[in-house]
Amino acid sequence: MTTSPSEPRPAPAPVDLAVVGAGPAGLAAAVTAASLGLTVALLDAGSRPGGQYYRHPEPALGAARPKALHHDWAAFAGREAELRAHARGGRVRHLAGHQVWSVTGSGTDWTVHARTDDAGAESVPARAVLLATGAYERHLPFPGWTLPGVVGAGGAQAMLKSGLVLPGRRVVVAGSGPLLLAVAASLAAAGARVPAVVEASGYVPYARHPGTLLRNPAKLAEGAVHGGALLRHRVRPLLRHAVVEAHGTDRVEAVTVARLDRDWRPVPGTGRRVPCDAVAVGHGLVPELSLATALGCATRAAADGTVALVLTPGLRTSVPGVWAAGEAGGVGGAPLALTEGEIAAHTIAGRAVPPALVRRRARLRAFADVMGAAHRPGPGWTGWLREETAVCRCEEVPAGRVREAVEDLGATDARTVKLLTRAGMGWCQGRMCGPAVAALAGDGPSADRRPLACPVRLGQLAELPALPVD
Amino acid sequence: MPKRHSPDVVIIGAGVVGAACAYYAARSGLTVAVVDRGPVAGGTTGAGEGNLLVSDKEAGPELDLALLSTRLWRELSATLPPETEYEPKGGLVVAPDEPALRALRAFAEGQRAAGVTATEIPADRLADLEPHLAPGLAGGFHYLQDAQVQPAQAAARLLAASGAALHLGEEVTAILRDPASGAVRGVRTARRELLAPAVLNAAGTWGGEVARLAGVPLPVLPRRGFVLVTEPLPRIVRHKVYAADYIADVASGSAALQSSAVVEGTPGGPVLIGATRERVGFDRSLSTEALRRLAAQAAALFPVLADVQVLRAYHGFRPYLPDHLPAIGADPRVPGLHHACGHEGAGIGLAPATGALVAAALTGTAPPLDPAPFRPGRDFGPADTVPPQEQQS
Ligand SMILES: Cc1cc2nc3c(=O)[nH]c(=O)nc-3n(C[C@H](O)[C@H](O)[C@H](O)COP(=O)(O)OP(=O)(O)OC[C@H]3O[C@@H](n4cnc5c(N)ncnc54)[C@H](O)[C@@H]3O)c2cc1C
Ligand SMILES: Cc1cc2nc3c(=O)[nH]c(=O)nc-3n(C[C@H](O)[C@H](O)[C@H](O)COP(=O)(O)OP(=O)(O)OC[C@H]3O[C@@H](n4cnc5c(N)ncnc54)[C@H](O)[C@@H]3O)c2cc1C
Repeated sequence: MTTSPSEPRPAPAPVDLAVVGAGPAGLAAAVTAASLGLTVALLDAGSRPGGQYYRHPEPALGAARPKALHHDWAAFAGREAELRAHARGGRVRHLAGHQVWSVTGSGTDWTVHARTDDAGAESVPARAVLLATGAYERHLPFPGWTLPGVVGAGGAQAMLKSGLVLPGRRVVVAGSGPLLLAVAASLAAAGARVPAVVEASGYVPYARHPGTLLRNPAKLAEGAVHGGALLRHRVRPLLRHAVVEAHGTDRVEAVTVARLDRDWRPVPGTGRRVPCDAVAVGHGLVPELSLATALGCATRAAADGTVALVLTPGLRTSVPGVWAAGEAGGVGGAPLALTEGEIAAHTIAGRAVPPALVRRRARLRAFADVMGAAHRPGPGWTGWLREETAVCRCEEVPAGRVREAVEDLGATDARTVKLLTRAGMGWCQGRMCGPAVAALAGDGPSADRRPLACPVRLGQLAELPALPVD
Repeated sequence: MPKRHSPDVVIIGAGVVGAACAYYAARSGLTVAVVDRGPVAGGTTGAGEGNLLVSDKEAGPELDLALLSTRLWRELSATLPPETEYEPKGGLVVAPDEPALRALRAFAEGQRAAGVTATEIPADRLADLEPHLAPGLAGGFHYLQDAQVQPAQAAARLLAASGAALHLGEEVTAILRDPASGAVRGVRTARRELLAPAVLNAAGTWGGEVARLAGVPLPVLPRRGFVLVTEPLPRIVRHKVYAADYIADVASGSAALQSSAVVEGTPGGPVLIGATRERVGFDRSLSTEALRRLAAQAAALFPVLADVQVLRAYHGFRPYLPDHLPAIGADPRVPGLHHACGHEGAGIGLAPATGALVAAALTGTAPPLDPAPFRPGRDFGPADTVPPQEQQS
């Protein structure tokens, strides 16, 4: 079959730095790099900068005060203004609505391949790449989790921030991690009743690191704010408990909350029913590493049970010419992401990193590690799964099929479970079921392997510029 | 299951080839242990597509092996559970123009003499077989024997059916040999010594390293292949479809068939498009050029595919030997050592016939076909000189 060679396109001049992701890390990196004299392309799938944390209310809603749900809106607003100034000055190209499916190249010669919202394509040449791709929510399935009304905790928070919509009127908040308190406080403040905040870990491990906590007064203040807000609404977290089942036919009507042992195994006979019309569940975040692992960047097991990138103090990955900042290097929150973005911009520009940034990063990372370890899922959580509980929602694979692959067919890792059951082969490419499948396979967390970071139209691949055969 | 002290044969490799060998060895009455450093199907088998093709093989020893496998896969499909997804869907090879069609006709003529069922489909009947094919093709050939399995399932179910003792997550670090006779005595892993009078190297792309553990060379090399997987679609591709171009290489006199990506639907819905062939060692980086070619070839065959989403791409490393035939059977240099590796882009298809040959060699019974072309001690010739980016199915 003869294939018509694509038209050679004139290659645009490379920018000094391509930043993938315009969350706190990527935004801070882009404006800092531009102010240090670099030319920057900032690509992000979203239509506005801010990433997962800074969310703009839909303009149509006319909400006047997005700050109400953000602790440090000013830090963001300032950088967004800088971004606009650099864009006007021609130092930054902000490519919103550009989802990057692959980064190819080496050394100082990179191409960032993106698909655009209007079914278009753009390939951006760059001398260096910064991956600031953030994180997505960690989901641990439970019977009934596919019922309407069960939403991600981070998703609920995002909905509140951008649309000011409530997932229900009586919302149980469950899972593990510091985000739960924030979500519960936001929900309560927005007028929902929160019958229970169910936290699977104890907060005990925090107490073992009083120094780290004291060195992070802003974090403590944030916790106090949430705690205070919750007390006002008479919500107290239930520690070492989990939602082990959601009930309902067309929509969630109640949940069963049970006590957990140290390994997060539900203690028999401790279940009780809590009526509700929505559940916001979250178990923290998982770094989004598809682009990084496709490039061969080395990874490490993080304290929270996820896989994160191995980074130097200057935030280089193991691949020369590729840097990373923010959650990709380990989940740690928006202030850390901002700090890392600025550090990376300095090292990419060949400048010394201001010591204050280095100190702030060390402090925030230490705090993140303590939190991560405290909320790391215990191995016993799979005890609340039933054979028929869907683990992979895209491909409708129940826990029983995963267990069969592991026990009878010789699967010892998540990849083989996927090959044998299709779990993780659907639209989300395992972002939803990955941690659960790995746990059922008795496998440690494994790095994302997705050579395509997002779906691409076949025609777009076909129209890539042809390379000579050598 | 109580563990036997010492199996009759230890198989290194739980890919589809090792699994098929375990199955046929066990069926011949041998006790079998299978060792793999990873999970079942964790090597190239997990990256394969599961085409069981006779259509792409010219008359010769590999086609004979493929035809025997075709029969054995059909038999197996009656025994193995439905998850194996055996589907005798047939292949359709299309020719873009008259010269290609004439070449395809001559190619099919040679195959027919070897036992292949190939029916010429005139241009105006192609749509009966594949309604979404691009217009303007010159014609094609329908190959009834082409079929499909799900490779990882096939390996796992063959292993389960073999009843072999499985040692997963254990790398073979040494092949034990009798100091006096040089004969193999078994293998060593970090956890155990498995003693057996026969050891089978079914380590696929890593077969050369395993052979080296026994002190013999076997020049198995990796050849990278990429596959594209689309979003789930209603059944728009019914057969295994690919286009054939004839390279008239009169000087070498070889009827080399250059073919484009195989496009096929799967029971789960996604369309698979694969695969490229490049000799780039174990390079794991994404080649956008490989993806471009696959996508362009698929869209040229099925224009409707241009607007579907590609959900993922993956790659694997085919095990190849310089003369493009697998090494199957006893190694004359080391008593008790057997090989079954180097199946390149056809190991899933060729696995059952390989297993049957290995079982015959292990038990000293008559082989189901002449094993001579595959003997491991043969002269493999020089490492071949195909350009590194050449592209076929
Ligand atoms: C759903 C959710 C809700 C959260 N809610 C809170 C909260 O209420 N309070 C709180 O303190 N923290 C919250 N967090 C955590 C907080 O958002 C992060 O700590 C912070 O945003 C990290 O910044 P970042 O720049 O590393 O990544 P992110 O903010 O995640 O930004 C990453 C950006 O990269 C983009 N991106 C990723 N891959 C690609 C690609 N291939 N192509 C193009 N663009 C890409 C994404 O669209 C995103 O805009 C939440 C996180 C999530 C996931
Ligand atoms: C992209 C692509 C598409 C393909 N499509 C098809 C197709 O459609 N049809 C087809 O027939 N073929 C296809 N193939 C080829 C096919 O996948 C291979 O020929 C086949 O899988 C080889 O199987 P195997 O069992 O020999 O090797 P493998 O599956 O690689 O198994 C070898 C095993 O040996 C193990 N091992 C290696 N060294 C050691 C050691 N020292 N100790 C313990 N264990 C060890 C490995 O872990 C591995 O599991 C394709 C290949 C690729 C890459």
